[in-house]
Amino acid sequence: MKVRAGRALLLFVVLVAAFAGMIATTPWVLDGITLGLDLQGGFEILYQVQPVSEGQEVTPEVITQTIAALERRVNVIGVAEPNFFPEGRDRIRVQLAGVEDQDRARELLGRPARLTFRDMTTGEVLLSGADLVEGGASAVFDKYNRPIVQLKLKDGGKFADITGRYIGQPIGIFLDEELITAPVVQQRITGGIATIEGQRDIAEAQELASLLNAGALPVNLVELQAQSVGASLGQRSLEQGVWAGIIGGVVVLLFMLAYYRLPGLVANISLLVYTYLLLLLFQLLHVTLTLAGIAAFILALGMAVDANILTAERIKEEIRAGKSIPSALKAGSRRALVTILDANITTVLAAAVIYYLGSGSVRGFATTLILSIVLSILTNVWISRLLLQQTVQAGIGVKPWYFGVKEEEIREL
Amino acid sequence: MNFNFDFVKHWKWYFLVSGVILALGLAVLPIFGLNLGVDFQGGTRLDIHVGQVVSQQEMIDFVAQHDLVPNTTQLASEGQYVIMRFNEEIGKERLAALRQALQAKYGEEANIQESTVDPTFAKELVRKAIIGVLVASVGIAVYVMVRFEYRFAVAALISLLHDALMVVAFFALFRIEVDLTFIVAVLTVVGYSINDTIVIFDRIRENMKTAKLKTADDFRRLVNDSIRQTLARSVNTLLTVIFVAAALLFFGPNSIRNFSLAMMIGLVSGGYSSLFIASQLWYLWRVRRLRKGKTAAVS
Repeated sequence: MKVRAGRALLLFVVLVAAFAGMIATTPWVLDGITLGLDLQGGFEILYQVQPVSEGQEVTPEVITQTIAALERRVNVIGVAEPNFFPEGRDRIRVQLAGVEDQDRARELLGRPARLTFRDMTTGEVLLSGADLVEGGASAVFDKYNRPIVQLKLKDGGKFADITGRYIGQPIGIFLDEELITAPVVQQRITGGIATIEGQRDIAEAQELASLLNAGALPVNLVELQAQSVGASLGQRSLEQGVWAGIIGGVVVLLFMLAYYRLPGLVANISLLVYTYLLLLLFQLLHVTLTLAGIAAFILALGMAVDANILTAERIKEEIRAGKSIPSALKAGSRRALVTILDANITTVLAAAVIYYLGSGSVRGFATTLILSIVLSILTNVWISRLLLQQTVQAGIGVKPWYFGVKEEEIREL
Repeated sequence: MNFNFDFVKHWKWYFLVSGVILALGLAVLPIFGLNLGVDFQGGTRLDIHVGQVVSQQEMIDFVAQHDLVPNTTQLASEGQYVIMRFNEEIGKERLAALRQALQAKYGEEANIQESTVDPTFAKELVRKAIIGVLVASVGIAVYVMVRFEYRFAVAALISLLHDALMVVAFFALFRIEVDLTFIVAVLTVVGYSINDTIVIFDRIRENMKTAKLKTADDFRRLVNDSIRQTLARSVNTLLTVIFVAAALLFFGPNSIRNFSLAMMIGLVSGGYSSLFIASQLWYLWRVRRLRKGKTAAVS
């Protein structure tokens, strides 16, 4: 077969364009990846929610309310993207990335929510969360279809006294030391049911209702598991992880090129595309990259090579068996695919178990492993095959040498 | 390939080597147990990045000022990084004080990474870890059983457990700390090391279609041919994953060093067991059936 210059040139141009595109967009891709708190510093705590007084039950509503109260507190410290996940029946996982003063944040989070109604000028506490009926606050619409918050009080008489004294004046509702809202008392409220108007929309009304309920049913938060990473330490881990990845990756690329020649070069191109796509996928799917994730990423790179090795070895065998190079390519890729699928499905199975088992960073590892295996099968099988076919059709690399096969090893058909 | 090593003939030696290592490690297990980290027994682990070289004693004295006595202390990064484990939870107040004191003494660069686990929660993690390893193993066995016949599945399962136990034995023998990332490493090894076995079994199955299998020698040839045909792939794949695992172990972050080590041991063991244990088990089983079949036919 002759070298077909036009086809070869086209292939070359397409490859160069693809790589130029990848290199140009890499900084953008990397910037958009969310780093886990073990890489950017921050902390993660798993709280067990326990009622303060006996006989109370921790219901899903209580968890929702507690999360609303925690979110409110975190806002005070000013954390960019706090994460709260309910876990199991009575647990809440809190993740705060990039907190300046971790120790203070942790101190603040751990205290039960303290809700108070206060005089706005003197600061005198008029009512506390304990005066509210548990779970008695709700977001409803009034007769003009405006969102309002309705709350029930345990002692209607006490509330009637207070509202009687404060007609025309605001009463401040505080969560800890933060003013949430300060409604002005319109009239003396006797029935023990009060309404707070002036909510912008139903979502805002619901949030206020949640906060009031959280204040009415204070809970203790017991730390089951805590992990904190200093920002500089996270940065170091990231650098070391990336460094390890680059070293391991370069060694693999060199090895593949030296041992497998043309299929090795093709494998290397696929591996680079694969790495780029995996990072892109991380960004698009908002997968949080953790330290364990980097480890999975690096291992996955080693595993992704396997698909290429399997195919390259198969092609070698077919060439040795005396097949022409194009038909060796075809047969080799087809026969390798079954093996590749069998081998990878087991790893996906194990990763699925890890995902089920773990939480936080362990899940990050499993997610990365699964994503990378699926993507690896796609790129390292499909792209490698396409590239090999194209190079051979363009008339480049049609000698057995390019596949690492010696002429004398080839059997006659 | 001009490679005529007989992989089957010396099976007794391979089984002996694995047996001795496993026996040693697992004999230590009931006596000393594993060196459990905070994930599995509760307490606090501190990874202290000091930023300058310190001695072990210096750090022990340092935390002693905060009434803390570590149960284990370990140095890394040429003494710039100290890992301490406390069987009790040190609490957020003491952590805050310790962090302040550390930065006052060693500068702003110094920092602490903390991991605390409640003892009851630790028990839950142990339970989940054991269930996880079992479920993964059974899941893989079922998959192999669907794709191959049951003898392959059992042989694959044994070699998979061999690899998992190898990692456990190594960590038990050398008293290396075992935490949640260790389980993750074992599970990954379980999922990955079976790949190599499957590739060889796949080839045995393929060669069986054309081979005449009447005597034990035929089976020996079949297994040897299949291993040899896939040998380049087995060795090269093992090499590439070892390259990356080694990079992770030697250049990667300190906090996951044990994870990288477990992975490395598991991968090497996985490569070994797929070449020297799995197919040999299958061979022995098939040949035994062959003999039984014959005697039955004669009598």
